[in-house]
Amino acid sequence: MYVQLNHITKKFDDYEAAKDVSLSVEEGRMAALLGPSGSGKTTLLRIIAGLERQDSGDVLIDGKVVNDVPAGERGIGFVFQNYALFRYMTVYENIAFGLRVQKRKKSEIDARVMELIHLVGLDGLEKRYPNQLSGGQRQRVAFARALAPEPSLLLLDEPFAAIDAKVRKELRLWLKNMISQVGITSIFVTHDQDEAVEVADEILVINEGRLEQAGAPIDIYKNPKTSFVAQFIGSSAVLSDFRGLKGFEDVPAGRQAVVRPEFVEAFKGDNEKFKSLIADTESGVITNIAFRGSYLELTLDVNGIQLTTNRSLERRPVRVGEPMCVLIYRAYILDGENTRIYENRRLDGIDIESL
Amino acid sequence: MKNQKKSIVPALLIGISVVFFIVMLVLPLVIVLYRSLKDGLALYVEAITAPNTLSALRVTLIAASIAVTVNTIFGLCAAWLITKFEFRGRQVLSTLIDIPFSISPVIAGLAFIMTFGRMGWATPFIDWINNLLGTDIALVFSVPGVVLATIFVTFPFVSRELIPVMQAQGNAEEEAAAMMGAKGFTIFRRVTFPHIKWTLLYGMILCAARAIGEFGAVYAVSKTRGQTFTLTLEVDALYMAGGADSITQAFAVSSLLVIIAVAILLIKQVVEYRAKRNEEA
Repeated sequence: MYVQLNHITKKFDDYEAAKDVSLSVEEGRMAALLGPSGSGKTTLLRIIAGLERQDSGDVLIDGKVVNDVPAGERGIGFVFQNYALFRYMTVYENIAFGLRVQKRKKSEIDARVMELIHLVGLDGLEKRYPNQLSGGQRQRVAFARALAPEPSLLLLDEPFAAIDAKVRKELRLWLKNMISQVGITSIFVTHDQDEAVEVADEILVINEGRLEQAGAPIDIYKNPKTSFVAQFIGSSAVLSDFRGLKGFEDVPAGRQAVVRPEFVEAFKGDNEKFKSLIADTESGVITNIAFRGSYLELTLDVNGIQLTTNRSLERRPVRVGEPMCVLIYRAYILDGENTRIYENRRLDGIDIESL
Repeated sequence: MKNQKKSIVPALLIGISVVFFIVMLVLPLVIVLYRSLKDGLALYVEAITAPNTLSALRVTLIAASIAVTVNTIFGLCAAWLITKFEFRGRQVLSTLIDIPFSISPVIAGLAFIMTFGRMGWATPFIDWINNLLGTDIALVFSVPGVVLATIFVTFPFVSRELIPVMQAQGNAEEEAAAMMGAKGFTIFRRVTFPHIKWTLLYGMILCAARAIGEFGAVYAVSKTRGQTFTLTLEVDALYMAGGADSITQAFAVSSLLVIIAVAILLIKQVVEYRAKRNEEA
């Protein structure tokens, strides 16, 4: 394990930012600390960096306890939210800062800075000041600056938060490629699950100062271990009264359920493809249609239960108030802190994919 | 109709401001300059080169320069402490700094007499130091007292200018520097200082203007004309003397203060302009 947190706790006045958190990240991996705002994920990142001191517990980097090692001596590069570029220094001076602090030779500094400027694709901009750069360019400078002193660990706090949506996707890919090219162990904080899924090798879901679940993105998505993860990942509807629905009659009483849009199929009564399943469906009414760019998001009222599903633009048009046949493939049933997947009993033995 | 309304309101506001500005500010200053030169240039020169005036100018400049120096150092420390660190009592310190703003300077001066005067609470300590060093320093009714009173009154200017700017800047740049291994003074010199230098200079200018113009606090601790009087006290003394000549002299000495004030104002304008340009660059 390259980075390890053992039983970290941290309190700010009466806000518990970390409650006995233990986690680890392997060398060369890119991990995401994912959680809603106020979950304590940034605090954990700052504790690893040494910008914040834990109340108890140990931080280990490369097998060594670094509790008493000052931030500047932990060998960590940090990319701040909003980048915190030195606004009275040029791009060149920003990137050179860490090297100058280390009192490296002038020729060495020059070579390293120019190498990094080239790496992040900012050739020719070295004399610019941060406020003369676009958001994406600033992020590149922040990244180059963090990497200049050759850290062994890179931490990034909401690296895409300050960038507009359009450029964000492009930069995610850029950053992912850049980090795998450099081959540095990285941890980044985000509240955006798409970002975590797209960029990280491993996701650590944080909520209310606790580590909820750690694992590969696909694992977190398919097998949420806690009720929080089930609700937080994917756009999910939480249902409290569930047992009336066909196929879920024997779910124990008093359980909540999480249904993701992709678990719901809605089709018109004259649909040929799903004809054989109509007996197993609920009837619902479309209460809202939202255009999401490349698909439609339908909200359906099924006996008073609100469900959402995504509908391809290729399919037949629908309108608000139209009755639909609604089929629910599966749901996550929340059982206290745990969750389990519950498949629709009526679909047992039917291969939906082949329909 | 709508357009008409729009043009009446600004015109009215401009009119009020201009009248107020002329009656309250320009006219009195012009009259000071006019009165000081009314009886001829010879009397003016005589008034501003009188030994008492020169002594007062000297005391004023000494007090102002020491006050600016001390309060710049103190203001930097306080602003740095309040904006970049989290600690118990931060709010209390922030409030304490403002005390000189809210307490009347005369009361501040009296408090100094109570503390450092002959019967004062700190007198044994001062005596002890004097015995130890073989000196004869007195804090009250002496130049050091004037300096102390001036420092007290101009205490918050630098820190009050710096705190909002440093607060707005946040800690992120300092933290970024610290992550790269930079230590306290390097961080201050290379990251914090470039950000605050114009604000700092602006605070120092305000501090100097206030120090030079201070009356109440120094009035309480300064009693000897020609030795510990500042320019403001000298003006008061000349004016109170009541003779026709002495009133003209009072205006002449006042004009010195006005000239210093206008000079400071000009410097302030230049600094503001430079700071603004710096911000835009």
